[in-house]
Amino acid sequence: MTIHNLYIFSKSGVLLYYAEWNRLNKSGITKEEEAKLMYGMLFSIKSFVSKISPLDSKEGFLYYKTSKYTLHYLETPSGLKFVLNTDNVAQNVRNLLQQLYSQVYLEYVVKNPLCQLNEPIQSELFKLKVDELMKNSPIFLNRSL
Amino acid sequence: MSKTRLDQKKVNSELFTLTYGALVAQLLKDYENVEDVNKQLERMGYNMGIRLIEDFLARTGCGRCYDFKDTAEKIQMGFKIFLGITPTITNWSPAGDEFSLCFEVNPLTEFVELPDHCLNLKYCNILTGVLRGACEMVQMEIACWFVQDQLKNDSTTELRVKFIKRLEDAIPAGDD
Repeated sequence: MTIHNLYIFSKSGVLLYYAEWNRLNKSGITKEEEAKLMYGMLFSIKSFVSKISPLDSKEGFLYYKTSKYTLHYLETPSGLKFVLNTDNVAQNVRNLLQQLYSQVYLEYVVKNPLCQLNEPIQSELFKLKVDELMKNSPIFLNRSL
Repeated sequence: MSKTRLDQKKVNSELFTLTYGALVAQLLKDYENVEDVNKQLERMGYNMGIRLIEDFLARTGCGRCYDFKDTAEKIQMGFKIFLGITPTITNWSPAGDEFSLCFEVNPLTEFVELPDHCLNLKYCNILTGVLRGACEMVQMEIACWFVQDQLKNDSTTELRVKFIKRLEDAIPAGDD
């Protein structure tokens, strides 16, 4: 099992944070462009899912899977978006994202008055804690595919 | 880390009351005008609210509100979590877009008496800002004000909350 990379977007679509661990294929565009592309796709999927769903779905979009990887998506009611790419066998990723929100983002960004909420996160402590959480997760296995 | 946190970091409400009192006293000194202090308290509350909502959501795991009744209950839950009090929800407007929160006890106003020259001071105005900021972050615009105040010799403290509109989700900025 492995974790590829992580995006955090604010309510208004600003890329707050990006980190990667095992990413073999580079997109070949700048990080900013990639973030825009990613956010645009998520936005479209979200509205697609809510329009096309035959039932009134409460949760909305949760993840998608390709033959090679799975993209997990967690959006808080306040509009924060956590996006994590893993391989296809990873379990309980939703739980991990919830932990990322409540144990890392909340503690080291929201409770840090020096972190502006709608700007890219600069805090070294936050970076450290994200890395720690991911590497301690059973999903994370440092091995190249 | 998170399991024990709730208990470890509980603070004595008296410390909180006195710190808040010191804040209001300092603002009165700085602004010398009660109206400005009211405004400033609301603004500070707003800034607290936009962060506090994340704490609330992470702790309770609440989803978005179905209707305004649901909102009222969640606000009540918020007071329970952050101030340890449970205000009662009353006086719904017929349209269902306005309600009141009544406080029997208010930890902010223990040991507080308003001097005569401060009768217009909304001592707890920070709460109105907190509610407005927190609701705005979950796509809801509300207005909020005090209609009764124990500090002004009313029998209870009553906070009125009015729903204004639902804010739209942000669309991604297009490439120019």
